[in-house]
Parts: sequence; structure tokens; C-alpha cells
Amino acid sequence: MHISEGVLNLGVLGTGYILTSIGVGIGLKSLKEEKIVKTAIFCSAFFVASLIRVPLGPSSVHLVLNGLVGVLLGWQVFCALFIALLLQAILFGFGGLTTLGINTLNMALPGLVCYWFFHRGLRGGKVVSLILGFLAGFLGVFLASICVAASLFCTGEQFLNTAKLIFIAHIPVMFLEGIITALIVQFIKKVKPEILTAT
Amino acid sequence: MHLDEFSEGHSFFHKMDPRVKFIVFIPLVFVIALSKNITAGAISLLLAVIFIFIAKTSLKALLKRLVVVNFFILFLWFTLPFSIQGKALFYLGKYIFSFEGAIYVLSISLKANAIFLFTISILGTTEVFSLAHALLHLKFPKKLIELFFFFYRYISVLHKEYQRLFQAAKVRAFNPRTNLRTYRTYAYLLGMLFLRSYERSQRVYQALILRGFKGEFPLISHFQLRKQDLVFAVFMYGIGIFILI
Repeated sequence: MHISEGVLNLGVLGTGYILTSIGVGIGLKSLKEEKIVKTAIFCSAFFVASLIRVPLGPSSVHLVLNGLVGVLLGWQVFCALFIALLLQAILFGFGGLTTLGINTLNMALPGLVCYWFFHRGLRGGKVVSLILGFLAGFLGVFLASICVAASLFCTGEQFLNTAKLIFIAHIPVMFLEGIITALIVQFIKKVKPEILTAT
Repeated sequence: MHLDEFSEGHSFFHKMDPRVKFIVFIPLVFVIALSKNITAGAISLLLAVIFIFIAKTSLKALLKRLVVVNFFILFLWFTLPFSIQGKALFYLGKYIFSFEGAIYVLSISLKANAIFLFTISILGTTEVFSLAHALLHLKFPKKLIELFFFFYRYISVLHKEYQRLFQAAKVRAFNPRTNLRTYRTYAYLLGMLFLRSYERSQRVYQALILRGFKGEFPLISHFQLRKQDLVFAVFMYGIGIFILI
């Protein structure tokens, strides 16, 4: 879910960079030296996960997993998405350097919200964590598509229809992310619960 | 997985000092992205195409990326000309495809593709580790670069790990479809990937500590500023100012 270069205006791009640098700053501050390697390798795993195409109806979609990253990393979700999008920007030209701030914000902020809402609850019983896991995955994409729609709309009213269409196109993805996130959380709880409490 | 596939070569761009690349590239893309007139977009695209030929990148790989980049743009072509009021180019039912809208999206398409080609020709022609090193020189937070370094280093390792897991699933007759069984399998594969990345990170960290790692990487190669790089920087700033006007 990237907005490409040359679309947004200076106000939106600037706001994105300011808020993202605050988020990355707080994330870096809370990142202890001995946890850098762990967080970084987690980011690589998420990066690999986001390259996978999962079948959905007649086509297939890429996973976003920003809800899960948020729940697992807290404020560091900003650092994680920033470096992932930076790499995509300089290597592939997806997204891009001017939109790096706003694209990071659009994905990381929902992740942070998921962390606040669900981080504690996920340690609960099986049914509770299944439901909260689903909500974390669902809300991650739901809020991210609202953020993307809002950044387009703030650039100009002519983007209203585009923004609506982007939101609608992501509704199936929200449910898919919810299901997959719930099941991943379930798996981690069964096999290595300490990952959920590591941060 | 080979990530920085454009970085191999001996062109002018491959030899350039990465620090110069960033200080030229960042203002340039902002100027292009924010420019409002269509000639600026066209000129940047033309220059970007010339740069691609100077950089002699593989065209096949480039085309593959171009398709992905233009996916979002295509989406805009389907929506924006209908929402912007103006002279009608043609009608689709009761909807009007406006001339002004088409010009607006055309300008976005030119800018986005120009920036993409500049990215590949200028930044893509340097190894990612050198780019990270250059960002360190440009006063990026050290912790962030360290994070980036390990992140980049382990992508290909974990990608291989995932492929192995996926192959194991396939051998057991896993056939991806739209159903819960498929999603559960993917979720468990990914869960396993996260788990292995967690355990690997512990091993890596212990190995680093054992070898006296203190958050610093000793560097063998250092950057060298050449005269050509400075000339290039001045030339590009000229282009930037030209687009601005």
C-alpha cells in the first residue's frame, strides 16, 4: 500500500516526515543496544513475509502484517517500517524517498494503535487471543487504508473517488490479514510464547 | 535472492561517490515530485532515460520493475480524469473523461517514472551497504543504520529459509487456494519463520558479543571524492533549479 512519487503535495509530504521522524526517534530511544540485532532480524522476516503472495478469490495479494509488527515491536514499528520502506525506495523505486515519511506514517501508526489496544490482551486465553489477533490484523489494514485515503484527500478533493476505491479494494485484505494474524499469534503462543512478551 | 541487482557494473554512476549521490538525489526528487508543470515532468523523464543508458542497467529487470511502479499510476488513470471537471475527451455512460484530468494524471505519470528511473540509475548503481555507509556520513542516526545493516544482511538468509519451509509444505501436497486450510498453512509457515528468525537473532547476537562487538563496524574501504562527482553535482543542481523555474 504505497503512494507513488509525484502525487502528494508538500504539506502532506512534510507532515509525514515530521511525524515519522518523531516516531522513529521514540522507537530508537526505546531500542536497547542488545536488542538491535533481534529487532533487525525480525524486520527481515517481516520483509520476506510481505513478499509472499497469498491467494484470495481469483487473484492473490501481498500480506501487509503491520498490525502484527506493531503488536510485537511497539514504538519500534516506526523504525521497522522506515528501514523496510527505505530499502524498497532506494532499491526498487517502489514508494520513493519523497513519500518515505508519509508512507511510513500510514503503515506504522495503525501498528502502534494495535500495540496499544491488543498487546496485553494477546497473552490471555485461546479464544481471547484469537479474537484480539484477528482484530489486530484487521485494524492494521483498516486504519492504514484510511490513512492512505486521508493523505490523498488532503492533497486535493479530486482524489475523493480514488481514496474511496482504495479503501473498498482493501476490505477483503482486512479480513484475510485478520485471519492470518490470528493464526500466527496462535502458533507463536503454542510454540514460543516468549516472543509475544519479548518487548 | 539477489537484491541489489543493478549495482554491478562499471559505468560513470557505478564509480560515483555515494555521498554525492545522496546530496544530489534528495533535492532533485523533491523538486521533481512537487513541480506542477508538465514540461518539467517531460524533461526530467527524458534526462532519466539518458541516465539509464549511461548506467547500462539490464533492461529486462528494469521493465519488470516499471510494471509494478505503474500499477498505482494506472489506478489513477481510471479514477482521476472522471473526478476532475473540464472539457470532455469522451464519455463513459454518464461519466465524463476530462481533458484537464488527463493532463493532471499524465503529469503525475511522467514525474513518477522519471523519479523511478533516477532512483535506479543514481542510487541503484551502488551496493546497499555502501549507501548505508554514506548515510552514516550524512549524519543519519547510528542506531538506525546498524538496524538497517542487520536487516538487509538477513533478508536473503530468511528468504531462503522461507523457501525451504514452503518446499516442505509443497512436498506434502500443499495446494494454495482460497480456503481456511491454505491460510492456516501460510500462518504456520510464517509463524515458523518468525520463530526461526528469533532464534537466529539470539545466536547472531551471542556470536557478535563473543567477538567483541560494540556496535561499530570497522571499515576497509573509504569513499573518495573525485572531480567528476563535483561537476556532476553542480550540473544536477543546475537541472534542479531549471525545473524549479
